[in-house]
Amino acid sequence: MAYDKFTVLNSTAVPLPIENVDTDQIIPARFLKATKREGFGDNLFRDWRYNADDTPKADFVLNNSIYKGEILVGGKNFGSGSSREHAAWAIYDYGFRCVVSSFFADIFKNNSMNIGILPVTVSEGFLHKIFLAIEADPNSLIQVDLPKQLISIVSTGESESFDINGYKKNNLINGFDDIDFLHNIKTEITAFAQHTKY
Amino acid sequence: MSKNPQTLFDKVWDVHVVKQIADGPDVLFIDRHFIHEVTSPVAFLGLKNRNVDVMFPEKTFATADHNTPTINQHLPVGDPLSANQLKALEENTAKYGISHWGLNNPKNGIVHVVGPENGITLPGMTIVCGDSHTSTHGAFGCIAFGIGTSEVEMVLASQCIMQPKPKKMRINVHGSMQKGVTSKDVVLYIIAKLTAAGATGYFVEFAGSVFESMSMEGRMTVCNMSIEMGARGGMIAPDETTFQYIKGREKAPKGDAWEEALVYWKTLKTDDGSVFDIEYNFEGADIEPMITYGTNPGMGIGISHAIPTGADMESGKASYAKSLSYMGFKEDEPMLGKKIDYVFIGSCTNGRIEDFRAFASIIKGRKKADNVTAWVVPGSHVVEQQIKDEGILDILTEAGFELRQPGCSACLAMNDDKIPVGKYAVSTSNRNFEGRQGPGARTLLASPLVAAAAAVTGVITDPRTLIG
Repeated sequence: MAYDKFTVLNSTAVPLPIENVDTDQIIPARFLKATKREGFGDNLFRDWRYNADDTPKADFVLNNSIYKGEILVGGKNFGSGSSREHAAWAIYDYGFRCVVSSFFADIFKNNSMNIGILPVTVSEGFLHKIFLAIEADPNSLIQVDLPKQLISIVSTGESESFDINGYKKNNLINGFDDIDFLHNIKTEITAFAQHTKY
Repeated sequence: MSKNPQTLFDKVWDVHVVKQIADGPDVLFIDRHFIHEVTSPVAFLGLKNRNVDVMFPEKTFATADHNTPTINQHLPVGDPLSANQLKALEENTAKYGISHWGLNNPKNGIVHVVGPENGITLPGMTIVCGDSHTSTHGAFGCIAFGIGTSEVEMVLASQCIMQPKPKKMRINVHGSMQKGVTSKDVVLYIIAKLTAAGATGYFVEFAGSVFESMSMEGRMTVCNMSIEMGARGGMIAPDETTFQYIKGREKAPKGDAWEEALVYWKTLKTDDGSVFDIEYNFEGADIEPMITYGTNPGMGIGISHAIPTGADMESGKASYAKSLSYMGFKEDEPMLGKKIDYVFIGSCTNGRIEDFRAFASIIKGRKKADNVTAWVVPGSHVVEQQIKDEGILDILTEAGFELRQPGCSACLAMNDDKIPVGKYAVSTSNRNFEGRQGPGARTLLASPLVAAAAAVTGVITDPRTLIG
């Protein structure tokens, strides 16, 4: 799908220092019944965010108004489990444009980049520094500079570079997606298909 | 030894690369694409918005499974949202000329059960589906993995997806399996050793005598759960067991085409001298029936063991404590003897005929425990029929169990098959995440034998004590 271009993001961040946040937590299966991609943000982290009677759980970070912003910072192995792209849609629909963690599950990472969310993998040490900065001041700004592949904690000036392959980087900066690319090489695909075994 | 030894994975991957992009992913051609009602509607919507057609509709196969009821399938689906997804799948497949095995079609069932069952899955293929357990098909020597909906749209539009080539891991399990130990225990053991993220970034080949002597259904159970250690997928080299399984199935090659296929399939193995990025070795004799105690599939132990203490965990203690608190368990408690409330046998992991045979072998001549609610859900109508034909239904009925109709059911609890809050379920499925089987549900992953032992005793029981 066409999505907003991603270049430099300056934002406060929402901390979720839990490991192995799986896609069943991000969006439980019972909310996967829509046939459109919009509206999943309402049920983002549904069972951590709301009680069974739909009242908000006061101790969950999304229900604490001092934490806000377009960056979600999660613990190690973020997005494991089901391949549901709905997890990425829910994060996007809620208003996040970037997820930071020390380790992402593969499918979630692909799904995110395919819809214009930038997953930034940082070291354990830098992740800890981000959590500390937000804990000290929830208004701490984090800067994510995709062209420079650099993430910074604005208040302390600390920064770390991150990896992304050149193709995906170019897509995100320009708002392109893979289908645009594949459409342009359709002749090559057709020729290739003549010689496949199945 | 050949000059340039290649792994099974390299052999299959390399012949499917349409184009390599510098500092980017490979464009990979996809031989088979499976779709279901939950992750495909938005992909079709995308095609419509772009005004793009399906490039090779004959390479895509649709079945309804995730969201279907497992009782009264002849009646209209009650939940309007579920019914709407089923209708969307029917309409979209009709519009583009894609094969569709919807509810009540005799070939309907869980996508990863019906693919192999009908000979759609063949060695050396690339296979994708908007479902992470697509790794199941790796049992046939395929590169098979789960994709997101944007990628479903991509495959419909171009028969290709764009993937960086993963790193290679080989996991060897030597020796043989002990009595009462199944393929499910083998894979739960491996995941417990590697952790839930231990194979992220890798494609795994399972090798060694334990896998060589396993049935195709057992191999499917193992490959199915590759994703639970984060792997992109898992695969096993095809051999005589594979060829015997495939022969005669509806969409398998016949006559000369069969002979020709065999010649190719026999080349699909890792050459001696091939190099893996990482390799692990385990002994079959070390594996006992397994059960999970926590909230990710890496949190599993031998059934006779006690729950590890947080101090044994290399990762965060806070996450570990949260997990045990959710489960209502304490460190150092034994698993044996814990009271359970539900038993679920089924899913793409353990919903095939051998799983029900194993289940029946323990419940035969016994009765379901009064405190247990059991859901027995076949993976497909074909499996359902086998259960009836082989007399397993009689054993189930005699022991107080009911057989339901095929679907994903309580594995992900999208339909009405939800485990109630706080209840303990011994489940033959693949994930024990918080709320996976219903809000507040507590899942204990295990084999069909462990599930059967729990179902007849009402507590966690070592199935070896019930095997004659």
